[in-house]
Amino acid sequence: MIVLIVQQLINGVMLGAIYVTVALAFNLTVGILNFLNFTIPSVFMLAAVIAGAAEERGLPFGLSGPLSWSAALGVGLAAGLLASLLVERLTFRYLKTRYGDATEHAIPLVSSLGFLLVFQNLARLFFGTQPHSFTSPIADANLRVSGLIVSAPQLLSLAIALSIVVAVTWILRVTRIGRALRAIAENPDATLLMGVDVKRIVPVVFALAGVLCGVAAAIFAVNYGQVYSGMGDEIGNKAVAGMVLGGLGSIWGAVVGGLIVGVAETLSIQFLGGDSVQAVVWGLLLLALVLRPEGIFGHHAIGKGKL
Amino acid sequence: MSGYFGGVIVILSLNVILAYAIFLPVASGQLNLGGAAFQAVGAYTAGFLSTSYDLAVGPSLALSVLAGGLVALFFSFIILRTRSVYLVLATFAFSEFVSGVIVNIDALGGSVGLSVSTHISGTVVLVAAVIAAAIVLLFMQTRLGLATRAIHDDDLVSELMGIGVRWTRVIAFTLGGLLAGLAGGLYAFYFNFVDIQSFDAASSIYLLLFVLLGGTQTFWGPLVGAAFFTIVPELLRSAISAAPALAHALGVTGELDSSWRFIILGALTVAMMIVRPEGAITRIGLSRLQAALFPSRLRKRPA
Repeated sequence: MIVLIVQQLINGVMLGAIYVTVALAFNLTVGILNFLNFTIPSVFMLAAVIAGAAEERGLPFGLSGPLSWSAALGVGLAAGLLASLLVERLTFRYLKTRYGDATEHAIPLVSSLGFLLVFQNLARLFFGTQPHSFTSPIADANLRVSGLIVSAPQLLSLAIALSIVVAVTWILRVTRIGRALRAIAENPDATLLMGVDVKRIVPVVFALAGVLCGVAAAIFAVNYGQVYSGMGDEIGNKAVAGMVLGGLGSIWGAVVGGLIVGVAETLSIQFLGGDSVQAVVWGLLLLALVLRPEGIFGHHAIGKGKL
Repeated sequence: MSGYFGGVIVILSLNVILAYAIFLPVASGQLNLGGAAFQAVGAYTAGFLSTSYDLAVGPSLALSVLAGGLVALFFSFIILRTRSVYLVLATFAFSEFVSGVIVNIDALGGSVGLSVSTHISGTVVLVAAVIAAAIVLLFMQTRLGLATRAIHDDDLVSELMGIGVRWTRVIAFTLGGLLAGLAGGLYAFYFNFVDIQSFDAASSIYLLLFVLLGGTQTFWGPLVGAAFFTIVPELLRSAISAAPALAHALGVTGELDSSWRFIILGALTVAMMIVRPEGAITRIGLSRLQAALFPSRLRKRPA
């Protein structure tokens, strides 16, 4: 029994690695730009599905034959990056406050919902709703430690996810761009007055978010061996739960929240059955929103009122 | 009322009721991204009562309205603590939670769904939609309706002017829940089948978008939004299905189902948010229209 629980905890942490990466993408846009970017689940899905299509059929318009798995993942990553920059161009760049009412903060959010519909349904049109298999040579390697099974790609994913978190923290803490980004989070107008070209820095956030989605998509494709157009809803939305649980705008909050959601998911599958996951994860989130709306690591300033 | 035209009218009526269900919370500054969940509560209430207890259509509908309202009342107290982005996330979490719970209740058919044997005609749905719209129109004329408008424009100033912001929000959210419950009950009896996939996150998004694109400043916005996004896809349906060759040439391998209409809605949303984020119908737009149509009545009556 103990072994079983520990095994599920391990599985949960591994699943959580994907949530962590996507939740981090969410947290960057909401933390720095106060923009709840609902396209992120669909950018994640798009990157995965395009990687799958690149492996299966090759590049569009007959540019190449079917690609190797690593090249396909690269194509997926590039697609995620481009999609995210497109979102910046069309949703965030032009949306400045022009009339003041209580729902005006929602304009970029609503616009991102529009993009979500576009991305999801384009994927559905071009790739159908059926899962496409994604084959990679490292999918079957397993480690066995005293009765527990840890698969190599899972371990690798966790390592990648955590090193990305460290890298993003480093970028934000140390580099010049990071300092500019933190200044924008504090006060965009003052940042502009201090000589930071805010318009040119903002796309960096979206580029980072796009790359994070692409990496999460790659982790998913290698671990589960399949990609499908509904995975944005299934995986990405749980990353939202992880992000809110950890605290909006907090990087380590995304890590902890993502891992909690992953573990809660595997444990509830184990003990309550597969249908219970949705109720457990979102019930947990609702409870957290009632008891501590700012999340575990969040602070009040972000997401409350006009940044 | 039957046939293709009747079917479109019924869907239009349901969408109008749902649009007002979302409009009332949004009009008081609360973006509700969980509309489908409140509809699901109504639909399952009606379906369960009529199949398990042989309750007649009238009482079942009344109870489904009540159920939607009660759930919304309860939930509106929870979200009073949250604002802006958190509020949107809370409604989203709530709708995911509700569908997660419903799937686990065996008496409601779980993931299979629930068959409802009693059928109502489309006329009933149409009449209900007209009544619902009339109630919202009246509500917006009352002092309370004026208060919701004020809160939508600026909650802080409304508070300073002596409006009970919290209560107004609770009332607006609950009224929205009542209407969503009604739409759910009508859905159950008209389509005779209820399953949780019909009330997913995507339909909540869809609902919120057409209310926002129609405009949330006036009574007419949701009506225009719902009508536009029900009728235009129907008009385009024949045009799109006539072009499978074109679709194939573009590399479309999936089914040519309703996906394209969501693409149009999504693209339109992105464009509208850039050009006209306040929605198609605005207060100023309406008074200008009035001035253009009835120049003689200008300035005699405040809009």
